Amino acid sequence: MGKYIVHRLLQLIPVLLGITFMSFAMMRMAGSDAITELYGNKGAVSQEVIDAKRAELGLDQPFLTQYVSWLGKMMTGDMGISYVSGKDVFDTFISKLPATLLLTILSILLTIAISIPLGVLAAVSHDRITDYVLRFFSFVGNSMPNFFVALLLMQLLAIKLKWLPVISDGITIRSALMPTLTLAIAMSAKYMRQVRATVLEELNKDYVTGAKARGVRQSVILWRSVIKSSMLTIITLLALSIGSLLGGTAIIESIFMWDGVGKLAVDAITMRDYPLIQAYVVWMAVIYVLVNLITDLLYHALDPRIRLGVSKE
Amino acid sequence: MKEPTVRVQKIRKDTVRIRLIIFGTLAILLLICSVFSEYLTPYDPYLQDLANIKAAPSAAHIFGTDRYGRDMLSRVIVGSRTSIYSTLLLVAIITVTGTMIGVFCGWHGKWIDVVLMRISDIFLAFPGLVFALAVAGILEGGLQNAIIALAAISWPKYARIARSQTLAQKETPYLKAVRLSGCSTMKIIIKHILPNIIGPILVTSMLDIGTMMMELAGLSFLGLGAKPPTAEWGSMMSDTRSLLTTVPWVTMAPGIAIFISVMIFNLLGDTIRDYADPKSRGR
Repeated sequence: MGKYIVHRLLQLIPVLLGITFMSFAMMRMAGSDAITELYGNKGAVSQEVIDAKRAELGLDQPFLTQYVSWLGKMMTGDMGISYVSGKDVFDTFISKLPATLLLTILSILLTIAISIPLGVLAAVSHDRITDYVLRFFSFVGNSMPNFFVALLLMQLLAIKLKWLPVISDGITIRSALMPTLTLAIAMSAKYMRQVRATVLEELNKDYVTGAKARGVRQSVILWRSVIKSSMLTIITLLALSIGSLLGGTAIIESIFMWDGVGKLAVDAITMRDYPLIQAYVVWMAVIYVLVNLITDLLYHALDPRIRLGVSKE
Repeated sequence: MKEPTVRVQKIRKDTVRIRLIIFGTLAILLLICSVFSEYLTPYDPYLQDLANIKAAPSAAHIFGTDRYGRDMLSRVIVGSRTSIYSTLLLVAIITVTGTMIGVFCGWHGKWIDVVLMRISDIFLAFPGLVFALAVAGILEGGLQNAIIALAAISWPKYARIARSQTLAQKETPYLKAVRLSGCSTMKIIIKHILPNIIGPILVTSMLDIGTMMMELAGLSFLGLGAKPPTAEWGSMMSDTRSLLTTVPWVTMAPGIAIFISVMIFNLLGDTIRDYADPKSRGR
């Protein structure tokens, strides 16, 4: 296990370097740096002033040198200042992060509460009417873009029924309801399918037939064995989806005016606030990679088949 | 659980075939609609009829009109061309590039395989839309750039599949025989490897059409794809979002259009997967 952790941590290094390098290169390709942003719209600035500033900011250095010094600064949380607001990028980003994490956690919880029971139900009533109805709903949910779901919910819950505010009035549970619901609907549709497939696969294994033959009750087989052993796969799948959720929140946050990093990023993109976009890409990727790592390690720690080295590793 | 009887297997095979015909026809109809969209519209989709703005759905305007009095039905029909074409183009791009890279890696092996696969690891490490958002933002929006952005993050999946399939093919006796008989690399790849590995790749790309359509529409919705006044479903929805309280139909019409097209392509993808791989049926 210890060896495995070290192996995984070492694997992370090239990936993290690649992520940061690509984000850095992307911003350079954008053809805009701090100089053009500083002096771009202030009329004529003499070349000497520009050159002096360029040297001061280290922009006259070779590309790789710039990357290394940028990477060093980024590690200490110094990602420059926003072109638009003039505030520190890292601080702005961190101040918006809790709102997004709250939304992510709430929607994961809701997804678990919806998709696991329904998925198990669909698997148990395989090829019967309940299964077909649930599969139909999962299919419909899978074919709707999340912004369409958001607008439908808005129309129904906020405008027709007037239960909830149309746009969020701060970070409150009440205004978190609609974005959470939107994200959870799309995710549940997807995960219900996977839960169903996982449980079905487990139900088709020989030990289930064996237990049935020995007269073990269906409900005991289901709860004691099948659900227990399929849960691990399901939880892993859910944890891995955190990444797509973090990205998917961008659209939802800007629709509902939820003040998180997704909305921050979309605003930054419309304002061409490159340092902020860069912070968003780098930190989202880092969070994603770390979540994946933790999931993977947990999976290894929890599954006795892997922990005890039964399967080939 | 017992194995299905031969009779049941045959019935299932027949239903898959019927589904394939139905959904295939629907998809083709959708494509025909988008090709001939200009001739199918009851009104000029860009004609502003200011005397008749925000009209409720009626017999004359089935989806009503928007705030410039443009007929929504005509705009949705014309929008199908932009949305469906760009999605198919995107899927074609990622399938071809991904497959080419994957086959090359699998065949060549050595350091080039290691380097390209590490690069694909990096792309896979970005949470999908996050990176697409940033790329589309830096490239300054536009439909073409949205396609580039999504293509940049989506090819690794195909490269992975193509690579593993190529590696498996490489070890088969017949391919060793072909190599021994002195067949050129180009010919081996095109005549022997590609036909054998293309199945799973095409199934994946069929299954991806729906997702890609939603992601492209999402970027357009954020203003990073097609720009108004071009009729595109995603941008039409964000364009008319502020009218949701007063005239919901102008926002809902393109949404329903996306929903129906995605559903048709998803159904077709599922059916093709079932057809190609009977084991996955009913899963």
